[in-house]
Amino acid sequence: MGPLIPNGIISGDWNFVIALLLGIAFGFILEASGFSSSRNIVGVFYGYNFVVLRVFFTAVIVAMVGFLYFDYFGWLDLDKIFILPTYLSPMIAGSVIMGFGFVLGGFCPGTSYTAIAIGKIDGLVFSIGLFLGIFIFSEIFPLFKDFYYSGYLGNVTLSDVTGIPAAWFAFAFTIIALAAFWITMLIEKRVRKNIKEYKF
Amino acid sequence: MKKNTITKNRPHYINPYLGGVLLGLLVILTVYITGRGLGASGAVKSAVATTVDVVAPNNAESNPYISKFISDDHSPMYNWLVFESLGIFFGGLLSGILFGRVKKPWVEKSPKITSKTRLIAALAGGILFGIGSQFGRGCSSGAALSGSSTFSLGGVIVMLALFGTGYAIAWLFKKLWI
Repeated sequence: MGPLIPNGIISGDWNFVIALLLGIAFGFILEASGFSSSRNIVGVFYGYNFVVLRVFFTAVIVAMVGFLYFDYFGWLDLDKIFILPTYLSPMIAGSVIMGFGFVLGGFCPGTSYTAIAIGKIDGLVFSIGLFLGIFIFSEIFPLFKDFYYSGYLGNVTLSDVTGIPAAWFAFAFTIIALAAFWITMLIEKRVRKNIKEYKF
Repeated sequence: MKKNTITKNRPHYINPYLGGVLLGLLVILTVYITGRGLGASGAVKSAVATTVDVVAPNNAESNPYISKFISDDHSPMYNWLVFESLGIFFGGLLSGILFGRVKKPWVEKSPKITSKTRLIAALAGGILFGIGSQFGRGCSSGAALSGSSTFSLGGVIVMLALFGTGYAIAWLFKKLWI
């Protein structure tokens, strides 16, 4: 059956309407979870608010387990879904750069859009920065072209690389997430006692 | 009256685990319908390509990166992620209105820093995130969330390296936040 649009079950004409609707749901969940606030987001790095970890890890384990069931019941052809390609070194370098951007800016792209929506100037400035950053990247791209395409492993999954079934990764990730939920709950309690700059 | 004070002083957020379940279901629904996951940085990439194409069409064609996203049929803005990102904005607005968080433009910051410092840091952060997301083939939405959820090796690498870096360097920028 699924994916519906690539399999022609829903016409591609609906693509942009669906994009808008899924985006609205995405933005709603991000904002309602508190991600329109940079101070909520970076709390994950200083221990005073682990909402990012809770939402993110829960989402990943729900989606991982969900995909396994969808595949098992034959609802979704996992061979037809897009698997993000792996370019080893540029992806690690890019993530390190993003990590700096995350701690400095307090947003990631999606959350900054929801921050603009509720009137945060810092969200708007972050988004302007994104635009400038991608422009700068496109200008310096010729210098880094070889690096950009280096370390290509293909559109591989964890199972393709290790030979271990996906279910084991979902299981391991669930255990890690549950442990992280518990540990961070304890850390958060302790850190919050000593922080006065932030209202909970 | 009591309820009013609570509304005033405490932002109403949904339970994070509920938010996570909803977000996970949304990732499944998105992949089930479109065959791909969610994203966010791609829309800005389209905006950059469009701007360069409009302001300096020759540069756009000769730039080996921008030219990848430019075609004669349609503008780079005519793109799934652009519509989805518009949706993110409106969804955020909807939630903000519903929970009473929409305000006149203001800068949220730690009381220890000035608004100017906060905005400079936000701009720098945005620039770095923009550059990094291109090397990373996506940001926290497209690569870390959607990529990891579909068991992509690259997605998991971005998730670990992005948050790992955050933890490793957080102490450097502590003054910005606490």
